[in-house]
Amino acid sequence: MTVLLIAVGGGLGAALRFWTDGAIRSRWQPALPVATIAINTAGSLLIGVLAGLLAAGALAPGPETVLSVGLCGGFTTFSTAMVESARLWRVGDRRRCVLNLVLTMVATLAAAAVGWTVSTSIAA
Amino acid sequence: MRFRLGLLVALGGAIGTLARFGLAESLPAPDGVPWATLTANLLGSFLLGVLLEALARAGEENQTRRRLRLSLGTGLLGGFTTFSSLALETERLLAGGDGALAGTYMLVSLVLGLLAALAGIAVASRPSGRGDGRPRGPHGLVGPHRPHDGGSPEEPSRGEGR
Repeated sequence: MTVLLIAVGGGLGAALRFWTDGAIRSRWQPALPVATIAINTAGSLLIGVLAGLLAAGALAPGPETVLSVGLCGGFTTFSTAMVESARLWRVGDRRRCVLNLVLTMVATLAAAAVGWTVSTSIAA
Repeated sequence: MRFRLGLLVALGGAIGTLARFGLAESLPAPDGVPWATLTANLLGSFLLGVLLEALARAGEENQTRRRLRLSLGTGLLGGFTTFSSLALETERLLAGGDGALAGTYMLVSLVLGLLAALAGIAVASRPSGRGDGRPRGPHGLVGPHRPHDGGSPEEPSRGEGR
């Protein structure tokens, strides 16, 4: 049952990523792939919140796995972030390639930390 | 239209997520290194590079190519790879005082991930004797304005030379 729900969560997350990405991209097309950065940051915030709730005993392991591995895992993506960076590299924009990687790293780490801190302090 | 394309993405995403979950179940991390996430992310980055470059080289985006890109790229490989787990795993290692492993894990993921994507693009860029013989630019995929994984599907494709 859990496995089925993980699949459903992953499918839903991927569809949400597709719609979010399209919504951001249709309004704004800067040189950096900000849609992917925003999506990965939002998903990292949510997975931090979920892990904090699990640690605080406010969320059972089953639902936490479904939402983290399924929904957050399907919503966020590593492969797109890497291919977008690779494209920047290939067109000779090495500076933006590195900037994209660094921004993504800092934003997702900060988001996961904030999510964990907020949820553990509220649920404790 | 966008809803139906979203269903296609969802189907691929469900399968990709299951594959990632299966990998996590079969690849434990006794040494504290999240091998499953790293493996899925590097393999997925390579395969997405191959897929998107191959589709870009096949010609203008049509309905078939768009469906392949959305189901296999945005859906399957997007769901197979994950950034949220990478971020959380790194953050937890940092919080647990294992800064060296945390930094190594994140940096290795990013550097090897970039190299994997570049390698995938390079593999799909090799002339294979097939293809339509149309001239391509030296870079094949030229972003960020080409439609790509997760891109707006209603956008008319921008082919070479425009």
